[in-house]
Amino acid sequence: MTREAAVTDGAATAVPVRGDSLVEVRDLKVHFPITRGILFDRVVGHVKAVDGVDLTIPRGRTYGLVGESGCGKSTLGRAILRLTRPTSGTVVFDGIELTGLPADRMRAMRRRMQMIFQDPMSSLDPRQNVESILIEGLQAHGIGADRAARRKLITRTLDAVGLPTWALSRYPHEFSGGQRQRIGIARALVLGPDLIVADEPVSALDVSVQAQVINLLDELQEELGLTYLVIAHDLAVVRHISDVVGVMYLGTLVEEAPSDRLYSQPLHPYTRALMSAVPVPDPDVEDRRERILLAGDLPSPANPPTGCRFHTRCPWAQPTRCPDERPELRTIGASRVACHWAERIASGELRRHEVTAQLVRPEDAGDTPGTLATPSEPGSFV
Amino acid sequence: MALLEVEELSVTFRQRGRRTVRAVDGVSFSVDAGEVVGLVGESGCGKSVTSLAIMGLLPRQAGVTVEGRADFDGTDLLRVDRRTMRDIRGRDIAMIFQDPLSSLNPVLPIGRQVTEVLARHRGLSGEAARREAAELLDRVGIPDPTRRLREYPHQLSGGMRQRALIAIAVACRPRLLIADEPTTALDVTIQAQILELLKELVRDSGTALIMITHDLGVVAGMCDTVNVLYAGRVVETARRRPLFTEPRHPYTVGLLNSIPRLDGGRGERLSPIPGSVRDVLPWADGCAFAPRCSRQVPSCVGGPPALVLTHTDRSYRCVNPVPPAAGPATPADSGTAPAPTAGGSAAGETRTTAVPAAREEESA
Repeated sequence: MTREAAVTDGAATAVPVRGDSLVEVRDLKVHFPITRGILFDRVVGHVKAVDGVDLTIPRGRTYGLVGESGCGKSTLGRAILRLTRPTSGTVVFDGIELTGLPADRMRAMRRRMQMIFQDPMSSLDPRQNVESILIEGLQAHGIGADRAARRKLITRTLDAVGLPTWALSRYPHEFSGGQRQRIGIARALVLGPDLIVADEPVSALDVSVQAQVINLLDELQEELGLTYLVIAHDLAVVRHISDVVGVMYLGTLVEEAPSDRLYSQPLHPYTRALMSAVPVPDPDVEDRRERILLAGDLPSPANPPTGCRFHTRCPWAQPTRCPDERPELRTIGASRVACHWAERIASGELRRHEVTAQLVRPEDAGDTPGTLATPSEPGSFV
Repeated sequence: MALLEVEELSVTFRQRGRRTVRAVDGVSFSVDAGEVVGLVGESGCGKSVTSLAIMGLLPRQAGVTVEGRADFDGTDLLRVDRRTMRDIRGRDIAMIFQDPLSSLNPVLPIGRQVTEVLARHRGLSGEAARREAAELLDRVGIPDPTRRLREYPHQLSGGMRQRALIAIAVACRPRLLIADEPTTALDVTIQAQILELLKELVRDSGTALIMITHDLGVVAGMCDTVNVLYAGRVVETARRRPLFTEPRHPYTVGLLNSIPRLDGGRGERLSPIPGSVRDVLPWADGCAFAPRCSRQVPSCVGGPPALVLTHTDRSYRCVNPVPPAAGPATPADSGTAPAPTAGGSAAGETRTTAVPAAREEESA
């Protein structure tokens, strides 16, 4: 339906250049300065929210990004759309490098890359009715010849996301959470984008409604050939809708694997721990599975550990290489893993050991985390 | 006899110029000593209001009506005066909330907040209270507890704050702990730590736990008995295993079918429940779930569906329940492993293992 918008709009280069990948991210870094001082702000350090990420999103597929809060997954998503300016690195979208694009051309490109936000209540203007929400983007990008043409486009989009036409004259507060998220999806969809970045698209919704939105995203992809980048903390959701899943930890990608492989054969110790921590709604599975409890909290991204960033919490960490040598993403089978010892962990040669928790300060960015003794029994909370 | 027996609990909020809301509409369930009971449901199903009513934390003002009974060890919690309730709260029944940052006092050090409970209920003060507080923090896995005592909530991470809150809750070795979405604000790896901690506390001290959650995965791993709530009523009660292997209420089945599973395949279409939690029928006019139900029959409308009690610990509120085999079940379980032994064994075993600890006798 909204495809025609993409075809009629000749401004953007719609020629696929690099085979079947839509987005290519190379060594992307986003560092936020930490400033101190009263009159003059001194830069005292950087929060390395995204610190060297390489990834490729295939056209027409779904790439899932998971990780805990503060791992940089949302910043990465925003940096790809250039909603946050990357510190260095490149993002190539359909053969066009976005990082150096002047503002006006970037704005035109935005029609082809849209975003769906987590909380539809705060991402929709409460004083705009649905029609005005949807028409705003069309006007900004000059899509549709007149009011009637735009109206037609809007009604079709509404229909595609499963909202009735009478919704046009209503305001966001008159809808339920699930319907509001549909409005958010319609707003992204009406411009006929190629890529949709969905940042926690269902986490604000009730369980029974989540499935409706997940199915809707699936259907739209099938129908329109959309490419998704889905960012979420819920592994089950991400695994369900993604073809490829990237796991992030402290600003870097630690593992990237086809979504089936991620659960059956997680290779990175962090992925293993993450997978084992997600509760499964099945008592038999819950009673059987082995839980890998990680010690302590996520270290501060302003002062990430040296070497492998996960080595402070890793139950498989080794005295050599892990603390001083940063692992590169290596291809092992169908996955890419950033772990020095992935093969030897997978073969069972290396065993898990105890880890003592390091105290992590949420606010004090510059503090060195001190190692502290804890009453740790193997497998207990530490 | 059950430790807590909630009968026909109803909470109504009336406000001038607004629609009267019956948030909890005749909820009944019971909790045995040392048992983990789950209250599961989506937002607005009344699970949190139920717990607040039991704790006596609903505002005592015109417009808020609480009816029914909540017998805790012979005392009706809904009828006791405030003074007695203050004694019970914190000592016999304690609560853990979802957001630790807003339930801890931001301007008091953690230590003060822990010792406050110790002073109020156990008469400890000074050095003794501080030592006990440090021990409590240590027990819930907070590293370097003596130093943490002097720190403020904002200096701790989310997981550590939740641990501190748990330390306060278990400070007086309560017989009943109510955890209202204790891990919803936390990351999965931290959630796993906190759930493990709660399991250990329950196992070691024999404390009963009411686990309020929307996450069926958490229920599957923790609860002995599960109550599924919808629109302010318990629609299904079952032991843990039977609930998952043969759910009877269409709402339970719908919930189970609508969540993606970590161990499921990619692309399997989910079967969501149509509509939203707003589409309800008042219970007086029929089954509240009827407008969204796939098994709706004419007799659903007209009056509240009666509670059907089957053999052993199982009940559901439905006139056209899902036949036993139709759930998302592993059919092998359906005939042979019903209620009490299946659900009880895992939890029962673990609870009787080692470390029954002196604290159990003390609190009993």
